[in-house]
Amino acid sequence: MRIPENRLALPLAALFAVCFVAPLLVLLALSLQAGSEAQGLSLSRISFAHYRDFFADGFNDRILAQTLLLGFKVTAVCLLFGFPVAWIAARARGGWQSTLVLLIVLPILTSVVVRTFSWIVILGRHGIVNQLLQWLGLTGDPVNLLFTETGVVIVLAQVQMPLMVLPIMTVLSKLDPNLLDASRALGAGPWRTLRQVVVPLAAPGILAGCILTYAASVTAFVTQTLIGGARLVYMPLRIYQEAMGANNWPYAAAISIVFMIAVLAVIAIAGKIGNLTRSRAHA
Amino acid sequence: MPSPKPVFSRRIDSVRLVFGTMTGLALIVLVLPTVVILATSFTSSESLQFPPQGYSLRWYRELLDADQMRQAAWNSLVLAFWTMLLSSVLGTAAALGLSGAKPRWTRAADMLFMSPLVLPALAFGFAALVFLYGVGLRPGLALLVLGHTVVCVPFVIRTTLAALSQVDPALRDASRSLGAGQWRTFRKVTLPLIAKGVGAGAFLAFMSSFDNVPVSLFLADERTEVLPIHLWQQISSNLDVRVASASGVIVLSTLVLMLLAERFLGLTRQLGR
Repeated sequence: MRIPENRLALPLAALFAVCFVAPLLVLLALSLQAGSEAQGLSLSRISFAHYRDFFADGFNDRILAQTLLLGFKVTAVCLLFGFPVAWIAARARGGWQSTLVLLIVLPILTSVVVRTFSWIVILGRHGIVNQLLQWLGLTGDPVNLLFTETGVVIVLAQVQMPLMVLPIMTVLSKLDPNLLDASRALGAGPWRTLRQVVVPLAAPGILAGCILTYAASVTAFVTQTLIGGARLVYMPLRIYQEAMGANNWPYAAAISIVFMIAVLAVIAIAGKIGNLTRSRAHA
Repeated sequence: MPSPKPVFSRRIDSVRLVFGTMTGLALIVLVLPTVVILATSFTSSESLQFPPQGYSLRWYRELLDADQMRQAAWNSLVLAFWTMLLSSVLGTAAALGLSGAKPRWTRAADMLFMSPLVLPALAFGFAALVFLYGVGLRPGLALLVLGHTVVCVPFVIRTTLAALSQVDPALRDASRSLGAGQWRTFRKVTLPLIAKGVGAGAFLAFMSSFDNVPVSLFLADERTEVLPIHLWQQISSNLDVRVASASGVIVLSTLVLMLLAERFLGLTRQLGR
């Protein structure tokens, strides 16, 4: 029996239809149901009440904005450090390159709970960061980094850095070295070559890295809750509280849908901007 | 053809200097938590401090009595194993299908299969729970495997597609024209050529399932409690020092697995494609 090759994707497509698309559709339907209990879906109880409730509460709006902003901050830090790391790693030779890449992927392979836990030890009142600051005489009293947004950004940047570095490294290592030679021969300095030759050509990798980092940071439940503590609430904790704490499933569903749409919108806009810059680079 | 040597010359320019410094800083920060957790896990005292005042294997010995933690670790390993298996089979098949299909279909299917990487995973975890209750099922190991497979299969597809793109289609055509059937061609020609890519994807799927919190948070119950959730609860309620030694075990096993994956699958080359 000969199976046409493109049918080979069907089993996974079936799994996705049942275990991915269907649950998301049910979630959407539940979010449109009036009342606070999940008592089956019915057309007669369709309402936008949960969405209205969500946006009417200024507390929720702030959490949504803070979560989306957190993603931008982490992505910015990861790009600032990730691009140089990718550049150095892409140009390193054989054994060096493997070692560098292993050091870069080690954090993402290590359990995120473990990494976050380690940061609690590092950032705590008696942690190394405070010891260092006090030794340098920069501060007398220990600085509180745990349970602050700065702390969350630092830890998330470390946790998600590989997601930024790997895609950029992939495009940079495919870069034709002759282009850099040409740019230099034409009199461009290293920074100008970087800005006008390397970055435009690496744009797809940069975009992919930014999208992966952003998506991973906004939904990083473990790091957000352990480093942010109970006072810094981001969207994932908000969903968890309503779903498992308050047991208000329809409301939790509405919050989940708002969160997903917001994140996808940011990613879509990033993709559009990326396409624009790319078409301009080719023009 | 002139060699590309001049580009890779050792000439120190300002870009190299600035980027080198930043890379150095970034690498220190990337590696720091691993070093700190390993050192801290060997502490002899009750408190978590770096550097510890004294070293001992005390908390590793205490792990032997941590029944709940060990049960959770076992659950996580079983779950990660089945997730890896299912992701590898379905993911490899899908990658083969995608590489042979019409571009328009490939784009759409690729987007669908990759979307778990960008969609907030916690929202998907909750959706899965709502759906299960809706159709009258209760969470259990089999359903956890399905949920994990959805979020872990993208890794297998990525690495397998990258490996497939390096395979010369002429080889497959040659095998067919020599009379080998489709299955035989796959087993004797295609699979050996993409095996390392599939292996790297399977490795990533295993690690990412073992580490998964957003899906397990909703689909795991007392019977199927998994390690990351157990540790998360321990850390957020009381700082049990046994969490440090458990972390030490996780870090060391990760290091070993990573080096094995590099040795036998060329992990870094697979990831750099």
